[in-house]
Amino acid sequence: MRPKRITITPESRPCLPRHVRLRFDELRNAPIVLAPEKVLWPDEISAEILKRCDGRTTVAEIATAFARDYVAPVEEIATDILAFLQGWSDRLLVDVATSDKTGTADVSEVS
Amino acid sequence: MTVSPPLGMLVELTHRCPLQCGYCSNPLELLKADRELATQQWKAAFAQAAELGVRQAHLSGGEPTLRPELEELVACLSDHGIYTNLITAAVTLDRDRLFALRDHGLDHVQISFQGAKAETTELVGRYRGAHEKKRAVASWVREAGLPVTINAPIHRLNIHEVPDFVALALELDAERLEIANVQYYGWAYLNRASLLPDYEAVMAQVDYVAQIRAELLGRLNIDFVTPDYYADYPKPCMGGWAADAFVLAPDGTMLPCHAAQSIDGLSFHRVTDRPLREIWEDSESFNRFRGTDWLPEPCRSCDRKEIDFGGCRCQAFALTGDAAATDPGCMHSPHHAALRELPAPKEMQPRKIGRAVERA
Repeated sequence: MRPKRITITPESRPCLPRHVRLRFDELRNAPIVLAPEKVLWPDEISAEILKRCDGRTTVAEIATAFARDYVAPVEEIATDILAFLQGWSDRLLVDVATSDKTGTADVSEVS
Repeated sequence: MTVSPPLGMLVELTHRCPLQCGYCSNPLELLKADRELATQQWKAAFAQAAELGVRQAHLSGGEPTLRPELEELVACLSDHGIYTNLITAAVTLDRDRLFALRDHGLDHVQISFQGAKAETTELVGRYRGAHEKKRAVASWVREAGLPVTINAPIHRLNIHEVPDFVALALELDAERLEIANVQYYGWAYLNRASLLPDYEAVMAQVDYVAQIRAELLGRLNIDFVTPDYYADYPKPCMGGWAADAFVLAPDGTMLPCHAAQSIDGLSFHRVTDRPLREIWEDSESFNRFRGTDWLPEPCRSCDRKEIDFGGCRCQAFALTGDAAATDPGCMHSPHHAALRELPAPKEMQPRKIGRAVERA
């Protein structure tokens, strides 16, 4: 349960909750997301976005990197990425790191 | 026919259960403990399942925590890269065990609540103190850092508590709430006169769920299993027969769905007798209703055939005597109207192992 709905903005630092796992399914040769009683098959681009949701990179930074990698206008890409992440956030599949959360994650990574 | 690999499996580790819900999804002929597979047999089956393509396992029962080696089984699945979901009544779980399960790789816990209020939970499950126990377990699951789903099986005795279930899910910090209207097979079919809610109550529930779902978008995932006795079209049962999931019964019998053994004339194999892949790909019972080529009319020429695959085979058999018939849940079935004709109310038969029951 979330106390309120998250609005994804260009400044958000999206991340996958620990119980949402992005993997590559060798047998089916496709990216797969495993979540509570859900299996999702993101396409290659969606998987690429999710891969960059590390809780440190902002949506704006993800969009800039994408615009460079795919040689596309950044405004268009940013709009698409925001809509995609909002949809996943509304299904509780994507979270955003607050400064507190980032701090906690860093500590556990070190230990 | 090209058979695609299965993605999910429901593992009924045991039929034993401390609760006695009158709508249990287990078969009427419950297996005793001496028929259950041994640890090594489960582990061998899990290894085969992973190789075949299974990526998510639902550990259920009966009550799966009654198997003392559950931690070992979770670890085995986890080692094979399979996402693990524990489906539990929670009354036999303590905090240490829950943390141990997490440490062995458990990913998610689904806790059933028979009512949103303590007295309803006790009345339906026939287990004293169940509600408080379940609440405590839900809080330990969150303390352990795992997501929790509240499963609410809905029927006449608790349909008025649906808003309370939403409040309960929010209070217990759940990730998901399943408002699951009871499906009328096996025990539930036997007790349907006591369980099937009124049409008005069902319609009020459908409206309420649509509204609260929108209201809680992005806060709580609410999954809704519709009551198909009052629907116009059948549910896409299992996403199609043997399409991408299977069930393992406590004795290792591999099934296309948990009620498949209720269909006369189909024979099923145990994973201890045949390779799991062979059962999935080549067995007659798995291929019998696979795909859409077997469909009768009016399903064959229906533009919904890729949506609901003719509905549920077990329900078709239970209500028409023909497993290959159109599911009577569909308005195009000649048996659709008869769905709502109920037998005279009688006392609910609680689920019990070894109890002599009439074949429904």
